[in-house]
Amino acid sequence: MNTQPTFSERWSPVLTVRGLSVDYEAERPVHAVRGVDLAVGRGEILGLAGESGCGKSTLAYAVNRLLRPPAHVVGGEVVFYHADGTETDVFALDGEQLRRFRWNRLAMVFQGAMNALNPVLTVRAQLEDVIRAHEPATDRRERGRRCAELLELVGVDPRRLDSYPHELSGGMRQRVMIAMALILRPDVLFMDEPTTALDVVVQREILAEIARLRAELGFAVVFITHDMSLLLEISDRIAIMYAGRVVEEGGTERVRRTPLHPYTLGLLRSFPSLTGEPTGLHGIPGRTPDLAEELDRCAFAERCPYRREVCDGEQPPLVAHPDSPAGADGRVACHAHDPSRYGTAPPESLLRGEFRPIEESEVIR
Amino acid sequence: MSTFEVRDLVKEFRLHERGGRRRLRAVDGVSFDLSAGSTVALVGESGSGKSTLARMLARLLPPSSGEVRVDGRAVGTGRRATRGYRGDVQMVFQDPFASLNPFHTVGHHLSRPLRLHSGRLSSSELNERVERLLERVALVPPERVIGKQPHELSGGQRQRVAIARALAPGPRVLLADEPVSMLDVSVRLDILNLMDRLKAEEDLAVLYITHDLATARHFSERVLVMYRGQVVERGDSDEVILRPRHPYTRLLRSAAPDPGGSDPLTVPAEPASTEVPDGDQGCPFRARCPHAMPVCSRRPPEFPVGGGHLTSCWLYESSTEENT
Repeated sequence: MNTQPTFSERWSPVLTVRGLSVDYEAERPVHAVRGVDLAVGRGEILGLAGESGCGKSTLAYAVNRLLRPPAHVVGGEVVFYHADGTETDVFALDGEQLRRFRWNRLAMVFQGAMNALNPVLTVRAQLEDVIRAHEPATDRRERGRRCAELLELVGVDPRRLDSYPHELSGGMRQRVMIAMALILRPDVLFMDEPTTALDVVVQREILAEIARLRAELGFAVVFITHDMSLLLEISDRIAIMYAGRVVEEGGTERVRRTPLHPYTLGLLRSFPSLTGEPTGLHGIPGRTPDLAEELDRCAFAERCPYRREVCDGEQPPLVAHPDSPAGADGRVACHAHDPSRYGTAPPESLLRGEFRPIEESEVIR
Repeated sequence: MSTFEVRDLVKEFRLHERGGRRRLRAVDGVSFDLSAGSTVALVGESGSGKSTLARMLARLLPPSSGEVRVDGRAVGTGRRATRGYRGDVQMVFQDPFASLNPFHTVGHHLSRPLRLHSGRLSSSELNERVERLLERVALVPPERVIGKQPHELSGGQRQRVAIARALAPGPRVLLADEPVSMLDVSVRLDILNLMDRLKAEEDLAVLYITHDLATARHFSERVLVMYRGQVVERGDSDEVILRPRHPYTRLLRSAAPDPGGSDPLTVPAEPASTEVPDGDQGCPFRARCPHAMPVCSRRPPEFPVGGGHLTSCWLYESSTEENT
């Protein structure tokens, strides 16, 4: 089966994350991100999925150098690849260098961004502020022109420049935030749950807008959400996070058709299809492990129907799947796909994509 | 016979604004029935009035007009009538992080309604009833759950506690206002499956309020679609969701994510919305409707489109049979 995405031949990274770990300092430090390896291709939409608390927002904040204490990076590196072939070590930037790099190369649309606008300033004042800060040489007329152009680009009437945020609908505010993130033409746009608080129709419009802008301007998007049905529609590739690690990664079609990690299976089975038959619909009972714990086992083991002894004894590495139909398309961190570790061939039902929860009840420990 | 009848319910808010007062009809003449062992899904976007409706049904907000009948009897307004009503009609709220008191244990949350609604109980009886409630919502082992505080539980487990609390007075009607939208995707279906099981096992009449068409279709027998305070379409869930008639329901349907479905990420064309004046008597959707006609300035009645499926749209005026 060939499920390689067609764009893969010209895939080249714009950003790579290697061994990234982030702790939240506390009496017992919380290891929120645990050695994440991830690459973002130039111009691709990478979907980052996982439950709340899996570390997906922390990861985005860390890559953008936006973490505030008590959170701090304890290991790993992030490399940005410029179009001209040079590289930037993101964690080595400081002071003025960092200020110039951030928002120029990597920009972010935050969760609940529509409430992130300053309520006492007009849209124009807030957009122009970004240009003034990063390109002080631009004159007033040029700034005004660029702001109007940007609003038009994200589908907002430029006459809205002199409106205050409360005069705009939630969808319009979200578009203004996207405009603000795109103002300096970044190469990578991080979007953390950008549509969660919006109505379905508006959400749809924003998603279509993101896809259109990406095609037009060629930036890459890291789209963070727990909503798998959205990710499947918008992403070129998907990475699934669980308890601070990436547990599966691959082209969207491959992940949708032949998910490998039992957690991915569970996630895919946990939302019903709008038009399909309601067969085998259930969630994933249980809860994520305590992130203050050092994990020397598979973090998903206690919720996993395919658990064997090895799953409690060692952490599965994130590796290319040896001889699955998925082939080179993607990586998975699951013992069950490696007979040498699992002790037997992967269960038929796992390969068929079945996820039967071990427990129908919520068992409190 | 219907357990629960809602007739012509209206809620008007007075708004004080610059330039005088105006009235906002958040709920504008809504009627429907709930019957035992069956779920009705109420679908709508924010601002459709669905939460205002739920708050009126839970008696957290007095209606401007209209009435609610339980077992054919109108419900009075006094304190005693309200307590009797709450014994029959219970609500599960959207946010289990806010609806449980962080200082109280699970046991406390469940024993209070039991004491309020079941008269005197000895402490061993009370304990047994609490454990039994936890078993019904599959939170096990009960003796361990009882002493937990909300922060020790996950969102899904908290919502189970909230459902158990709603079951405590032995209600026959369960109102669930977006019961899973604050929860992680991985546990949403379990909560919906639980409500579905309770509906069948305990013969509950359930109102499931949601903005999600897919779960509305799979977890209800009938669907009501609300827009700007009015029910614009109603019928069997498969009928309404798979063969929507009202232009608004069609818009919602085409905007809902359906991976693996047809053409991804197309946006339905929608004319620029023009304001409909307050107190407008016409179809509430006509400002956004691609099919708006002169007749739409009059409020459409519900037209049958076959199989108990009704829609408030003038496009279906002459139809008694299939018409798409």
